[in-house]
Amino acid sequence: MELNKYQQELFDHQRPVIEKYDRRAWGWSIFYLLWIGLGGYALYLQVIKGHKITGMRDNVVWGLYIANFIFFIGISYAGAVISGILHILKVEWRKPIIRIAEMITVISTIIGPIFILLCIGRLDRLHHLFLYPRLQSPITWDVLAILTYFAGSVIFLYLALIKDFAIYRDANLKVPKWKQKMYKILAIGYKGTPSQKRHISISMNLMAIMIVPLAIIVHSVLSWIFGMTLRPGWHSTIFGPYFVLAAIYSGTGVLIMAMWVYRKMYKLNSYLQDKHFIYLGYIMMILGAAYGYFTFSEYLTGWYGSEKWDSEVIGKLFNPAEYGWWFLFANVAGIILPILIVAIPKTRTPNLIAIASFFMVLALWVKRYLIIVPTLESPLLPMQDTRPEFVKYSATWVEWALTFAGIATFFLFFTIMSKFVTIIPISEFADKEKKSEPVPEIQKEIATE
Amino acid sequence: MKKEEEISNKARRDFLKTTAIATIAATACGSLACSCSSKKANVGEKVKLLSPDGEIVEIDSSYLNHQEHMAIVSKLEAREGIAGKKFVMVVDLSRCKNARKCVAACQKWHYRTEDKEWLTVKLMKDSEEGAPYWFPKQCFHCDNPPCVKVCPVDATFKRQDGLVLIDNERCIGCKFCMAACPYSTRVFNWSEPELPFDIKHQQYSPETGIPGKVGTVEKCDFCPDRSREGLLPPCVEACPNGVFYFGDENEDTVSNGDETVSFSQLIKDRAAYRFQEELGTKPRVYYLPPKDRQFPVERGYENLPDNLKERFKDVMEESNLLEKK
Repeated sequence: MELNKYQQELFDHQRPVIEKYDRRAWGWSIFYLLWIGLGGYALYLQVIKGHKITGMRDNVVWGLYIANFIFFIGISYAGAVISGILHILKVEWRKPIIRIAEMITVISTIIGPIFILLCIGRLDRLHHLFLYPRLQSPITWDVLAILTYFAGSVIFLYLALIKDFAIYRDANLKVPKWKQKMYKILAIGYKGTPSQKRHISISMNLMAIMIVPLAIIVHSVLSWIFGMTLRPGWHSTIFGPYFVLAAIYSGTGVLIMAMWVYRKMYKLNSYLQDKHFIYLGYIMMILGAAYGYFTFSEYLTGWYGSEKWDSEVIGKLFNPAEYGWWFLFANVAGIILPILIVAIPKTRTPNLIAIASFFMVLALWVKRYLIIVPTLESPLLPMQDTRPEFVKYSATWVEWALTFAGIATFFLFFTIMSKFVTIIPISEFADKEKKSEPVPEIQKEIATE
Repeated sequence: MKKEEEISNKARRDFLKTTAIATIAATACGSLACSCSSKKANVGEKVKLLSPDGEIVEIDSSYLNHQEHMAIVSKLEAREGIAGKKFVMVVDLSRCKNARKCVAACQKWHYRTEDKEWLTVKLMKDSEEGAPYWFPKQCFHCDNPPCVKVCPVDATFKRQDGLVLIDNERCIGCKFCMAACPYSTRVFNWSEPELPFDIKHQQYSPETGIPGKVGTVEKCDFCPDRSREGLLPPCVEACPNGVFYFGDENEDTVSNGDETVSFSQLIKDRAAYRFQEELGTKPRVYYLPPKDRQFPVERGYENLPDNLKERFKDVMEESNLLEKK
């Protein structure tokens, strides 16, 4: 593979990263593995002793696991929607960030469903989902949608990687034989002939067009697990679009955070430029406003209509003694903060946008928890139960350990992936893209400030 | 009019006849099963029974061994239900004084520990000024069951006789049905259920619901195994005040053990309602409003053990029904 000057420069910059699993990577990997080990022990206990060792009981039948499930499927939208849409719209500045976005998608689509499995009482009967499937059940829709979505995301990521694999194959990297061999296999004989180029380009376009509706279906179906029930706070018609929007929003946040970390770690400032943060910041601000609008109309209608059951759930969200502070945090950090940070020119810097993203992602996790738990704590019939753990949910160390194990798995996969492929795609990088794109006037102003 | 009455009379006779035959057949099977295997001291009391060959035989009553929870039907039959039946329950709220005999009988029959109630009695209070009343609640066996809709593996199903049952050998434990049921009817086996040894190793049938299994969902099943034997569910039998009427909507008869009455007449005369009709689930359980009550509500509270008192304390306090200390 012939590389042009800029591609060569970019490749040389990233070369040491994929050539050596250095001490820092090992250190972090071991740290993540320790967390995963703790999670494994927790899972072992849960299988042996039953779900009794979790905080879930007959009223609150779902807890942290399902919140994590929604969260991870949500952040998977980074690749699917952000990079898919930017691809369709042929936005040039997307090129350095698509790899990170699509890696987030694939990795979180693996981790998300694991959390739903943790919530299932009989893991030994999982094959029943395929032996006795019932199409009426939203869970079956979910299984079909997520599997298709996962396959789609892997293909989308892989298509964008083929050219790079060919570059790694031909570059005589100082890597072990097995790795060399894998590059060779994965490059599937790509040589850069016009017909090969055309095929990849057509496939990429097709996948980009397919991945967007697929992603929308996945999160809509997921929201319908709640929307289809007759529970206050769940039985809402806007749940589909609300969840989809929240997912794209949190995906953007995670993408910004990942970019920030990689930029710091591998000194990629000249590729992951300030403009990338600012552009993604704009997208995040618009999504945040839309998400805020959905949140407002969802709770306003419930509160104004003040039906008995709705008021009970909303009352818990507004009551500082129950979930009031969490609800406030979810809305301030999840809606107001990111909008302000991006809207005010002074604060519109990569560092602050990354910090705002961090709090926003955290707030959206809290929001998922607030969707699940308060509703389940408000059954239509009075509980009249004397056992505190049946009345109020509080997650046990087992659930927390598995939650952190999930996050650690996410980071571990990311670390491993970034040692296998370059974080910034090389083949996509044509001459003109480096620093040549004129920054709009408004950006120049910001830069000088 | 007269003809109609005749039909309903005939139906009632048929019901009684089938009930009687079923009882005898079941007992005969039971007695035959044990007569060859065990030696017991005769007590001298003779019982007449119908043998499988159609002869009437007289045996000593000590040979009678009531076989509880025989898995008498196949899995397929348990999914289809009893042909021609449409089970229905009517709960007379004006007679309930929270004696909790129904709960005890249910727990005993299904080998349940105290903390897992299939049948619960709630203390309801519909409005701020309204009077509280006791509200026994089983599974409503809805005709439009939200739980059955959402099951991904067909582990919970609706039968032709109206019952909603669970196959706990199919259930994957996703708990979606528990989230979908608006009446908090379903319970989950959060750990391995504590059961006597012989019950634990008994053959499972969705009609008996035992033995329970860890990581699966279960709930009130209206005891179809007893219906097959022509018996009423234990909760109905155990109630000292005849609160529960159980029967067949097709035959238009319900019985609380003491009296057998016309189902349609009963719900017409007493203005029966279904709980939260507006949810559209179409329950198979009807409630007779707590009008002209036989017992003051305090009667169901005073003699409760402390841990149970705790459950209802809020409502009692709210209604100023607790004596001030």
